[in-house]
Amino acid sequence: MKRMINVALPKGRLGEKAYALFARAGYDCPELLEENRKLTFENEAAGVRYFWVKPSDVAIYVERGAADIGVAGKDILLEYAPDVYELLDLSIGKCRMCVAGPRDFADPHTGILRVATKFPAIARRHYAVQSREIDMIRLNGSIELAPILGLSDVIVDIVETGKTLAENGLSILEEIDPISARLIANKANYKFKGEEIEILRQSLEQAVRA
Amino acid sequence: MKPETLTTQERIMLELRELYLGYGYRPYKVGKFEEYDLYMRNKKFLASEQVLTFSDTNGKLKALKPDVTLSIVKNAKDDGRTQKLCYTETVYRVPRNAYGFREIMQTGLECIGRVDDYAAGEVLMLAARSLGRISERYVLDVSDVGVLSGVLAEEPIGDAECVKLLSLVGEKNLHGLAVACAELGVSERTAKRLSELVLACGPLKGTLSRVESLDLPETSREALAGLRRMSDMLLSYGIENVNLDFSVVNDMDYYNGLVFRGFVEGIPSGILAGGRYDNLLLRMGKHSEAIGFAVYLDQLERLTAAKPAYETEALVIYDDATNPLEIVRATETLRARGVSFRVQREEEPCPRCREIVRLTKEINV
Repeated sequence: MKRMINVALPKGRLGEKAYALFARAGYDCPELLEENRKLTFENEAAGVRYFWVKPSDVAIYVERGAADIGVAGKDILLEYAPDVYELLDLSIGKCRMCVAGPRDFADPHTGILRVATKFPAIARRHYAVQSREIDMIRLNGSIELAPILGLSDVIVDIVETGKTLAENGLSILEEIDPISARLIANKANYKFKGEEIEILRQSLEQAVRA
Repeated sequence: MKPETLTTQERIMLELRELYLGYGYRPYKVGKFEEYDLYMRNKKFLASEQVLTFSDTNGKLKALKPDVTLSIVKNAKDDGRTQKLCYTETVYRVPRNAYGFREIMQTGLECIGRVDDYAAGEVLMLAARSLGRISERYVLDVSDVGVLSGVLAEEPIGDAECVKLLSLVGEKNLHGLAVACAELGVSERTAKRLSELVLACGPLKGTLSRVESLDLPETSREALAGLRRMSDMLLSYGIENVNLDFSVVNDMDYYNGLVFRGFVEGIPSGILAGGRYDNLLLRMGKHSEAIGFAVYLDQLERLTAAKPAYETEALVIYDDATNPLEIVRATETLRARGVSFRVQREEEPCPRCREIVRLTKEINV
């Protein structure tokens, strides 16, 4: 009997793009995009069951085995470091994790650097490697505002085009990591649905290349 | 004893103890507390670096054990004799991505002294059979850190770079591995070997044959030969469900040789972890060899046993008019029949039960 693969997709534009890849790979489920109140969507013939979750929760669903696989941004994986397999770079949702600040900012290394971010673990790691003492300011949104209002010296955030930064007199000071959506899998579930997941991974890889 | 008397956790704990004792592993008890210094010096050996500490009456910083192996190794005699020990202990640690300390019951065994092929194979067999006692649907992933370290040793890269590459192998992250190899200036041959090893995953015997045909350095081949001997032994024991998987990567500061991790269907993370850890003993100034594993029993709660149809088989109901001696007579009759029962007052809510013995003024049902 074919075992169903539970797939956690991130709500929003990235999830829709990811689903388009799954559909191209032969794992379509049209009702997924319909306006309805359903929470899970199945294509029994293809052996997949999808559900939408908050993007930052995908890794939790997968790590804890509620989903066998999922699509998560590399930013989330770097921040939360879930114990999962990272099976494929889906090459969608491409952006960069950067340090940004006022265009003319140069770190004087004379005091504690104030860093505003939604990604404290990534920021902490980045500056720990440089032995730079920082004052972490954890924000949940509008990060770019922090250096403009003097709340922080710099920010650590994802940058897609850099347009928002430029419009606010900010620029990229350092690139930390390239970001894109990744296919992740629960380690234990992979042991028992490995064949199905591997076939799906290979089909997705072809869809990504196409 | 009725099967429902024990929880899944208790039943497995007893079965595993019986299994280990049957192979001559001597029960070993360690204290609940340990000097914090032991964990400070071996932080990376721990599953989680956070340790629950307190000051002892003499002012010394103590810790509630986050791990059992370190305590056993610390006290192990380094006299060349082989000790086979098993334990069931409670440890205190913060599980990965959890928000606080948890009390975790773990059982396991250690073989310290001379670890030859037989001893290693026996431990591996006991790991597989431990998983088999928990569920028929299990997988034991096996690797040898020597295979990957042999490949990496050919590159002029530092420890931090090796750790990064190994972590990517642990994630089965082929795309990340390709990028990292390019960034670190790792040769194409090594990059190819690493990705081939990530992809080589499957039933031990067949996968091993495939890996043996790859272009690998001599030190990796020696490790593969060791895995082949383990594979032959497991085959003789009649053990299946063992996979070769190089994504099992443990810290090479402590582990050398065989490493393994066990999974059972229905539990979303590894339930068994172990390996050969001569390097840990070396760090403690001992020259013995050692291998062992731990089974995390706390996770067994997730394996739901069939829910009993009744909370109690019989319910004995009484009220103020009932003579206590009458209750004693009724319950002793039930006990003689081997029926479990609960005695309660009439006005209390009624649990699910198979029969009701009413000792109130109304007629018995």
